[in-house]
Amino acid sequence: MTEEIIIAGFGGQGVLSLGKILAYSAIMQNQEVSWFPSYGPEMRGGTANVTVILSDERISSPILHVYDTAILLNQQSLDKFEESVKPGGVLLYDSNGLVRMPERTDINIYRVDAADASAKMDSTKAFNMIVLGGYLKIKPIVQLENVYKGLEKSIPARYSHLLELNKKAIEIGQEIVTKER
Amino acid sequence: MDIKDIIKPENLVYQKTPLMTDKPLSYCPGCGHGTAHRIVMEVIEEMGIQSETIGVAPVGCSVLAYDFMNVDMVGASHGRAPAVATGIKRCWPEKFVYTYQGDGDLAAIGTAETIHAANRGENITIIFINNGIYGMTGGQMAPTTLEGMKTSTSPYGRELKSMGNPLKMTELLAQLPGTCYVTRQSVHSPRNVRRAKKAVRAAFESQKENKGLSLVEIVSNCNSGWKMEPVASNEWMVEHMFPFYPLGDIKVDGKLVNNQ
Amino acid sequence: MKELRLMKGNEAVAEGAIRAGADGYFGYPITPQSEVMEYLMAQQPEKRTGMVVLQAESEVAAINMVYGGASTGKKVMTSSSSPGMSLMQEGVSYLAGAELPCLLLNVARGGPGLGTIQPAQADYFQSVKGGGHGDYNLIVLAPSSVQEMFDFAFLGFELAFKYRNPVLILSDGLIGQMMEKVELCEQMPRTTYFDRSWTLTGKPDGQERNIVTSLDLDASRQEIHNQHLQEKYRKCKETEVRYELIDTDDAEYLFVAYGSSARICQKAIQLGRGEGIKIGLLRPITLWPFPAKPLVELAPKMKGILSVEQSAGQMVEDVRLSVGCGVHIEHYGRMGGMIPTPEQVLENLKKLLITK
Repeated sequence: MTEEIIIAGFGGQGVLSLGKILAYSAIMQNQEVSWFPSYGPEMRGGTANVTVILSDERISSPILHVYDTAILLNQQSLDKFEESVKPGGVLLYDSNGLVRMPERTDINIYRVDAADASAKMDSTKAFNMIVLGGYLKIKPIVQLENVYKGLEKSIPARYSHLLELNKKAIEIGQEIVTKER
Repeated sequence: MDIKDIIKPENLVYQKTPLMTDKPLSYCPGCGHGTAHRIVMEVIEEMGIQSETIGVAPVGCSVLAYDFMNVDMVGASHGRAPAVATGIKRCWPEKFVYTYQGDGDLAAIGTAETIHAANRGENITIIFINNGIYGMTGGQMAPTTLEGMKTSTSPYGRELKSMGNPLKMTELLAQLPGTCYVTRQSVHSPRNVRRAKKAVRAAFESQKENKGLSLVEIVSNCNSGWKMEPVASNEWMVEHMFPFYPLGDIKVDGKLVNNQ
Repeated sequence: MKELRLMKGNEAVAEGAIRAGADGYFGYPITPQSEVMEYLMAQQPEKRTGMVVLQAESEVAAINMVYGGASTGKKVMTSSSSPGMSLMQEGVSYLAGAELPCLLLNVARGGPGLGTIQPAQADYFQSVKGGGHGDYNLIVLAPSSVQEMFDFAFLGFELAFKYRNPVLILSDGLIGQMMEKVELCEQMPRTTYFDRSWTLTGKPDGQERNIVTSLDLDASRQEIHNQHLQEKYRKCKETEVRYELIDTDDAEYLFVAYGSSARICQKAIQLGRGEGIKIGLLRPITLWPFPAKPLVELAPKMKGILSVEQSAGQMVEDVRLSVGCGVHIEHYGRMGGMIPTPEQVLENLKKLLITK
């Protein structure tokens, strides 16, 4: 099994940490992982993206041109990476603020309105975990228990009280994700 | 009294410290470097710290200081002696570490390293020889060259408007909280040699007590570079250098003296 | 029980240095390698092992602090990225000239000048052909994974002391910023190297003092010193060549690539083999000494060789020098911080070696 993922959105949406928790979870179930972020000034306020690869085998290139899954969380990211999903692959997006929706017909398109849901939860911090929940519903490639272990590992001790909130967010994400085509 | 009498041990009135090697000094006759080397080595001998001392030689006339100073030594690149000394001292905090640098090395190319080592309060001793000129490369203008002073790159005299002002690095360093003991001395007369040696001793004692950076500037002559006879160069130094670079302690025990 | 961690390359090399028993780190912040010193400062190695970490006022000061620390026989290191490495080159030449062991790390970015902060491999010439003045060589290690960033801290110090020579880990922004799974080994004790034949520890009573310098104003003695250095480099070339071969047994085309490019080439091999093109990879692990011998042995079996680097073509010169004429050798690379995709690499192999 190899899963090649691009996650892209605004800096501050928790794109990099979403990738990090996925990577941690995969390590917990003894898989190989790579996580390569965009870095530098574009992280501050602009768009951020991270390539995450989970595999049972040694990982070759940590940067890619096409992906099994694209998780795209703003318009710029959708515009930039929609074409990069392999035919038959998965595109997961949040419709919040979009003026142009995904158009491809040769891929599986899912929507998770995580921005709305996190606003309802009164916790914008939960946004990326709602997205993660949506993704795991579509592709349960890592077990939930390993995701929780990954969360524990990657959340700084001073935020450990947020663990329950994050678990709840993952559950909500799994509930609200819908397949569009 | 012939030579046989003179060399009898009971007639001995002065002896070279064994911490100076037997290698003949490469400095020009009349230059102050030799005396400055000697007093540093005498202090290390008297403190009994030869086996605990590591010296850093600069680039400039004293680039070969390690040929004459009989302690473990490293040759630094131009201006970087305080950084090299920092690396040594941080790895061996219990050793005595000193640099021996000229004005071009310390106050021009090595300004950043000097200021930052002082500002961090590195517990090292800097011996700073200021003769207002680049001696080794043939007498070019130094950061400490006086106004109007002729050098091979200021052949009509240092003109402040285009060439900048002589830099009082020692006063500048004394302002930093990281320095503990800062003084300016000379070695042109027996009295001044004794004072300078006391100052070097105080600097190493300050290092022994972990008080921060200690600096002894020695205003010196460069009779070759200044194109003067040795005696005349010392007279010129007293007349011209001392008014701009006044001798005496500038900072003692972390406190500025004489309203500096 | 294996100790596994998800780490950035920059963090892994810092953790590796602590566990390899390093005595000191001196550095200056520059993207994309600042995590090295950030990680060290956060770890408080002074408490963990007694290792000293100091933020210098410049790269120039940092490399000279390394020079000072190394002269005492301590295990010291620095890290920087391309423009900062350029600033350090005078000090690197002094370290090599004075035969001081130390570990250097370049997490390279796009140049020339201030360039970009994105990954590049355009510092190959600077690293292996001597970035500073004079006849000298560094031992240059090229990690292509986060695990190797960790491992090469150990290997780097080992080789540095074996040859009394600076060792450079030439990485890039991709390997430095990427996170992967790392298996950590146990903490090695910090043991000072008390070889009084050359280290500065203070002159013991009754023994000769030591001098560390790269200066000899007598040209004939300086030449003898240089001949000694060359002899040392020759021995190093004989014994320290390291490389990895991937899918070369049945290969008809060969990639030569190191570091992050080698990773991208591995994917390109998978894609190519999917189309029936038999490609293999020679990955130099030591860039100096360069694995010329295995390349010479492989070359006659190949229809063509593609040197893939994130540069205008630097390592390809060593590939050509090693192989000579008779085999079709081309270069493909992106520059200035652009990273080629596996698809682009494969496409260029086809364009440059097959359809031509």
